Amino acid sequence: MNELELTELVKRTLFDVAPDLEGEAIDPETPFRDQFEFDSMDFLNFIIGLHQATGEEIPEADYPQLASLKDCVSYLKAKNV
Amino acid sequence: MIEFKMPSLGADMEQGTLVEWLKKPGDVIHKGDVLAVVETQKGAIEIEVFSDGVLRDCRASPGDHVPVGEVIAILDGDKTSVMPTVKPSFSPVPSHKPVSAERLPGKPKITPAARRLAQQLGLDISNIAADSSGVVGLRQVQASSPETSPAEAGRAGIDFKEMRKAIAAAMARSKREIPHYYVSSDIDVTALMDWLAQENASRSVADRLLYAVPLFRVLARTLVDTPELNGHYEQDTFSPAQTVNAGIAIAMRGGGLVAPSIRDVAGKSIDELRISLTDLVGRVRSGRLRSSELSNATVTFSNLGERTADTLMPIIYPPQVAIIGCGQIVSRPWVKDGEIHVRQIMSVTVAGDHRVSDGRSAARFLSRLEQRLTAPEGS
Repeated sequence: MNELELTELVKRTLFDVAPDLEGEAIDPETPFRDQFEFDSMDFLNFIIGLHQATGEEIPEADYPQLASLKDCVSYLKAKNV
Repeated sequence: MIEFKMPSLGADMEQGTLVEWLKKPGDVIHKGDVLAVVETQKGAIEIEVFSDGVLRDCRASPGDHVPVGEVIAILDGDKTSVMPTVKPSFSPVPSHKPVSAERLPGKPKITPAARRLAQQLGLDISNIAADSSGVVGLRQVQASSPETSPAEAGRAGIDFKEMRKAIAAAMARSKREIPHYYVSSDIDVTALMDWLAQENASRSVADRLLYAVPLFRVLARTLVDTPELNGHYEQDTFSPAQTVNAGIAIAMRGGGLVAPSIRDVAGKSIDELRISLTDLVGRVRSGRLRSSELSNATVTFSNLGERTADTLMPIIYPPQVAIIGCGQIVSRPWVKDGEIHVRQIMSVTVAGDHRVSDGRSAARFLSRLEQRLTAPEGS
């Protein structure tokens, strides 16, 4: 996937986990936790969503690399998704 | 004939607004079916039926404000009691359906959170300018209403002013009526966290556990041995509960708090509890809780979680008689076997009701909890 498609995929996943945020503008650099009061359950559901959308097994140790929209896109790109 | 009444969904609820009927007269109803949706200060709640029967008559119409205890429907059936007792359906799969932003032909897209905020503020949606991508979000609604501070901007589709009133009413009643005592311990949870890391390493992404899952299970299993902290105090009488139905305090985006319950937490396996918790949080986020979840908690757990604060002194939610608060887990120097080690420490506070128990009960609970948490495998 190219960067634009990956961005869309990450956004879609985020809105599925937090339907109350559907359509909200996302700042690419700010961590989701700080931007949307994401708690640990939201974050875990988001990781599960990324796993389901891409088939990637994301180890717990990689979670810090998935904090923001930009982080997620870079991470998935490096995994050749 | 059964009279189905507007249920009380917490000590703070006086009335509900009927949003829609999901069954019509003549429909056969089964125990656990959702009969109607009612708007409360806690958002839209699905009202369940607690007996089998046939719906005869709907006594309220959408938009009606109905006081708690007033008959809203008549059912034909054998059983006499229909006020919700205890029976949430266990759903193995998260059942919440995400609501999506609406796009009407020729009109800008508006997010659900923004639409609700606009309604609250009495703004005409068609007068709000969209952003560069044609979407009306919270920011655009706020911009068109200068008197709105960001703090008031609801994100989860709930009137936060109303919710704040409801929280204040329940907590004022608690502080007025319940003689609280507080007992607290710092507990070494390193063994639990080590077990969790090992367990999660062998689990696929979708099955991984948050530490809240084993923690809530251990809290519930320990409460089984301390029945004076688990039950309801009503009309000068304490009734201990048969199972631990734990209300889980969940913060809502934008402010506000709900504590819907999970039934029989002590009797669930780790994975059953994981699924229940995921389902519950999902429905809090999408704004669809069930009536039984708001009325049957016998105790409440308030877990602050990661990156928060060390200790909390929680307030009991009436008619319950205890609430357990867990602070964030921090690394601390800790004496173990005569030596100083760096360990993972969590502060656990029990608020109890002096009409029912003394600090001694909470101290015994904390001591047993510590024993279980230092040997967490399967606990």
